[in-house]
Amino acid sequence: MSEVKKFMYVNRRAPYGTIYAWESLEVVLIGAAFEQDVSLAFIDDGVYQLVKGQSTAGIGMKNFSPTYAALGDYEVNKIFVEKESLEERGLTLDDLQHLTWEDEDEDWAEKDSIRLVSRAEMADILAEQDVLFNF
Amino acid sequence: MSMLHLVNKSPYERNSLSTCVGYVKAGDTLLLIEDGVYAAVKGGAAAAKLGGLDVSVLGPDLAARGIGEDKLIDGVKVVDYAAFVDLVEAKDKVQSWL
Repeated sequence: MSEVKKFMYVNRRAPYGTIYAWESLEVVLIGAAFEQDVSLAFIDDGVYQLVKGQSTAGIGMKNFSPTYAALGDYEVNKIFVEKESLEERGLTLDDLQHLTWEDEDEDWAEKDSIRLVSRAEMADILAEQDVLFNF
Repeated sequence: MSMLHLVNKSPYERNSLSTCVGYVKAGDTLLLIEDGVYAAVKGGAAAAKLGGLDVSVLGPDLAARGIGEDKLIDGVKVVDYAAFVDLVEAKDKVQSWL
């Protein structure tokens, strides 16, 4: 029917100090139902959203971080993380959740969803999108 | 007169921490809470701002964000809510750098 567009969700906020991160995740999951070409960008404090081992029992808030692991099941498997943002914060890829998806074209082979990119590469990725959603 | 300084914003998004450290005097304590806890992560650009200060970090906010105590710079104390209250009681004033 309608043509498929390239949708990118740009995440630049830490997970619990504001509601942006959770709202973004909600919109991504809703948007996934429309079968567009979806990708996520994590820049600046947005990289904190993917840090593994989050445990919110002590602050009385919902831990929504396990939901990122479900994105692969919704065919959201292009998750770009900016290298410079991780480095500035003393983080590496090892500090993040290991997110995967299963490729049905290759006998459901498990593949990594997260792609570590430089700021320059991220700029190119943003430039090739049709629509950008900012959180 | 000693002061407890509270910072609850990420040092990478706001200037709250930068301003705060310019106001910390001898005998004061800086307590990092909520997104402020990210400042104490070893290897982060913001960690250098904490040198020489008496710094505490709220443990439940660290745990929520997946930041293990082993990821913190040396010398910072991890405190719970009860110790937060003790700090408020021990200091003459509280300044929140919102």
